[in-house]
Parts: sequence; C-alpha cells; structure tokens
Amino acid sequence: MLDWLLWFTHMENSKPLALVLFFGAFCGIVIYVFTGKKRAKRLESYKYIPFDDEPPSDHLRSEQRSHSRKVIDNE
Amino acid sequence: MAQSAVLPADQYNFDIVRRFMIVAMVYGVLGMTVGVYIACELAWPFLNFDIPALTFGRLRPVHTSLVIFGFGGSALFATAYYIVQRTCQARLAFPWLAEFTFWGWTGGVALGVITYMAGFSQGREYAEFEWPLDIAITLVWVCYIVVYVETVRRRSQPHIYVANWFFMSFLLAVALLHIFNNLAVPTGLLKSYSLFAGVQDAMTQWWYGHNAVGFFLTAAFLGMMYYFVPKQAGRPVYSYRLSIIHFWALIFLYMWAGGHHLHWTSLPDWVSTLAATFSILLLMPSWGGMINGIMTLSGAWDKLRSDPIMLFLITSLSFYGMSTFEGPLMSLKSVNALSHYTDWTIGHVHSGALGWVALVSFGSFYHLMPRLYQTKLYSQTLIYVHFWLATIGIVLYITSMWVAGIGQGLMLRSFDDYGNLAYTFIETVEFMHTPYVWRALGGAFFVAGALVMAYNMVMTARTSRREQAALEAKLAAKLAKA
Repeated sequence: MLDWLLWFTHMENSKPLALVLFFGAFCGIVIYVFTGKKRAKRLESYKYIPFDDEPPSDHLRSEQRSHSRKVIDNE
Repeated sequence: MAQSAVLPADQYNFDIVRRFMIVAMVYGVLGMTVGVYIACELAWPFLNFDIPALTFGRLRPVHTSLVIFGFGGSALFATAYYIVQRTCQARLAFPWLAEFTFWGWTGGVALGVITYMAGFSQGREYAEFEWPLDIAITLVWVCYIVVYVETVRRRSQPHIYVANWFFMSFLLAVALLHIFNNLAVPTGLLKSYSLFAGVQDAMTQWWYGHNAVGFFLTAAFLGMMYYFVPKQAGRPVYSYRLSIIHFWALIFLYMWAGGHHLHWTSLPDWVSTLAATFSILLLMPSWGGMINGIMTLSGAWDKLRSDPIMLFLITSLSFYGMSTFEGPLMSLKSVNALSHYTDWTIGHVHSGALGWVALVSFGSFYHLMPRLYQTKLYSQTLIYVHFWLATIGIVLYITSMWVAGIGQGLMLRSFDDYGNLAYTFIETVEFMHTPYVWRALGGAFFVAGALVMAYNMVMTARTSRREQAALEAKLAAKLAKA
C-alpha cells in the first residue's frame, strides 16, 4: 500500500523533485517580495527599525515621514 | 509600518556587549600576532627553535581558533547581543545565561589554544577542539540560542529586523555543523576518532568547513552589516526587499557548496559539479548583499571623506565583493586544478577574513565604543591610521599570496619535453620565500593597526571613567553645598 513511497527513495526521482520544490519556493519568495504596491511599501518601512529607539536626525525624520504618508495613502 | 517605541539606552544590557568587545580585541591581537609569527616561521623556519609547542603544525590551529572563534566569535556575541536589544527594543533575556555564555566561550577558546599547543587536536580543520571541549561549546551555543531567541520573542517591534534573521540562521546552522562534524568515538580524555571514514569523513569536514565560512564568517557578519552600516551612515539600508532575497538565497545556496574543497579527489564527480554550480550561483546573493550595503550610502558618498568608520564599513563590503567573486572562480574545476593545495587559497581566505570579517568588526566596534562608554572616541586620527595600516597590510598579504600561489601552482604543473616535472619541489619552496616575507610584512601592518585600535579603545574607556568621576565629584559637591 505504501509502495508509492519507494518512488522517493530513487535518487533520479528525488533530486529533480527537490529541485522543483526549492526553486518553486525561491520563485514564490521573489514574487511575494517584489509584487503588490502596499506590500512593497510595508516591507520597505521595516528598514527604519534600527532608528526607532533613538531620536531621528532631521534628514531621516523627513524621509521617514514621507514614507509613512505613502504607506497610509496606500492603505 | 514599523512601530516606534523609544527606550533609554541604559535600559539595555550593554555590560555583556562591552565585555565581549574587549575579549574580542584581546583574542584578536593575540591571534593575529600568532599569525604573523607562523608566517615568519614559513619564511625563516629556524623560528620554531625545535620547541614542539612552537612548531607551525601546533601554532596554526592556535592562530585560526583565536582569530575565528576568539576574535570573530566574541565580536559576533557582542554585536548580536547589542543588535537584538536595539532592533527588538527589549532588554537581553536571561542575563545570568548571557553571563554564562561569556565565561563559557572565553574559557573554551583559551582551553582550546592550550590543548593545541600541548599537542591535542582532532586534526579537523577549524574544528580541532577535542571532544570534551566540543561538548562544552555545544552547551554554550545552546545557551546563546536561548538568550537570543527569547530576546527576539520579547520584542516590542512586531517585525523582526533582517539583521536578526541572519543571526538566527547563523545560530541554527553553526549548531548543526558543529554537532555533526564533531561526531566521534572517544578513546581517552583528550583523544577521539571521527565517526565517519574515508571520503564521507572528508565530505563532512568540508561541509562543515565551508559552511563555517558561510554562516559563521558571512551570514552573521552580514547581520552586523545590516545594522551598523545604516546606523553609521544615518540612513536606512538601500532596499529592504533586496535584503530579504539576499537572506533566503544566501542561506539556501551556501549549504551545498562545501564539496568544491574536494575537487579532483575520490569525491563522486556529481557532488563536485553540484558544489561548483552552487558556488557560481552564490555570486548573485553575495553581490546583491554587497550592492545593498554599499548603496546605503547613495546620496551621502561625502561621508567617506569625513567619517573613518564609514571607510572601514564600506571597504569591508568591497573586500566582501572581491572575495565572493574570487571564491566562485576558484570553485571551477579547471581553476581549482591550479589553485588547490597552493597559497592562492590562503590569500583568498585572508581577503575574506581580514578584508571583510575584520574590517566590518573594527568598523562596528568603533561605532559601538562611544555608545558603550558614553563618551567621544579618544582619537579620530588614530582611526585613520588604523584604516591605512590595515588596508596596506591586506593588500600586501593577498598580492604576495597570489604571486606565491599562482607561481607555485604553475611550477608544480610544468613538464619538460620528455614528460618529466620541470621543477623539483624544493625549487617551488625557494620561489615562495620572497612572497612569504612580504606576507609576513603585510600581517605585521595589520597587527600594528589592531594595536592602534586597542590603544584607542583603552584611552576611550579611561576618558569615560575620568568623565564619570568628574561628574560624580561635581554632584557630590553640589549636594554638599545644598
């Protein structure tokens, strides 16, 4: 009944399968990261985290403000 | 959108960070000095003075362990504990366990060095510690993971910043690598035999060896880069989305590349080809990450003229780019036939270790010093002095190793018209003497730079103490008046 599992034990089957799975996962990540305007803005907003626990410089403050505005506009 | 939660800096545990930073500098200077000494031994062999503990075979693991685990490892403990607190805006979890990791790691490295000099070694490159120390290191590492992950779990930020992803992959991968590579059968307190045999043993060793480079010396230091480059530049990383792709591609590809250390051996050919293919693919995430780091300065390139710390960080990324181009090139079987078993490999390792790992650590430490000691850096000029000493040292080192390695490879492959070897082995040794002298000089430059940094650090700490004492005296005087 579980003979079909033997199919995975053959290297000529498991290697291309692994390739398809891993490559598919990688393509999925790329598509997820680089599509969707709202998502793009949200992901890019995380880059300000290192500056969140200290008073920001003037330059950073204006950049962050314009970025948050864009995120809010898109939501 | 990232949540803002301002916490005063004194709410973080900086004491552990400061101590790991000091230990990193001590081990760094010691390890680099031993490196220069063994470089001199290769140029002038009488320097081993026929003392077994001072021979190249024993001092070489002392050098590699001190710089990789003593300097690099302690630098990673320091920066990981700092970054996780600042980006999660949470105090370090389990301070007593963090304290244990400090003593465990520092003591483990010291004991390792002593046992190597006494002649006890597993004979596995970058994993020479004998089994009792391996077990102790595993314990310390698990505690490190617990402290780090628990701090991430207690974060005030909803999102986990990308630097922490790199650190967590490093923590997990190094645990796996260390455990599987060190599976052994003990036959005494300081003697064991590997559980694997023959080509499987070699493959396990280089799966570990290459991923020690990939996860210990690359992924974790990229975590450092993703925090300190933006912080020092005063602007966010160029592209957060690129950093996500960088992370996933890098951690997936690195695991497969170790076999390229065993080209032209009894390793199955398909494993060799697989390793070379993945090594070539690695160029893409490596350069993607390098570009992401360097482009963070986009629009603020003038900082390179005025900020010596930025010079360290950006130059480290340039060396990262250079060595991650050289690595895939050397993983090609045809190039490897020339480069393997020659000093080209040593030059390549050092362009990554000195140019990338050490420079990014120095840059990060310079960034940390004023924050940890709550005072200004003692001398900006000395940072410039350090930078130029280090850069000249690296250039001397790697160019002399290119000359030695490529020359050595070409000589060992030369045949005369009758099919005999064109050069005897001793002729290749004679040829390498001059580059070896230059290499030792390059190393000496680099150590001199590290000593300048240590002096700057000590003086910064002393200034801080003096300022603190003056402040306390002023407060006491005011209170007395009142």
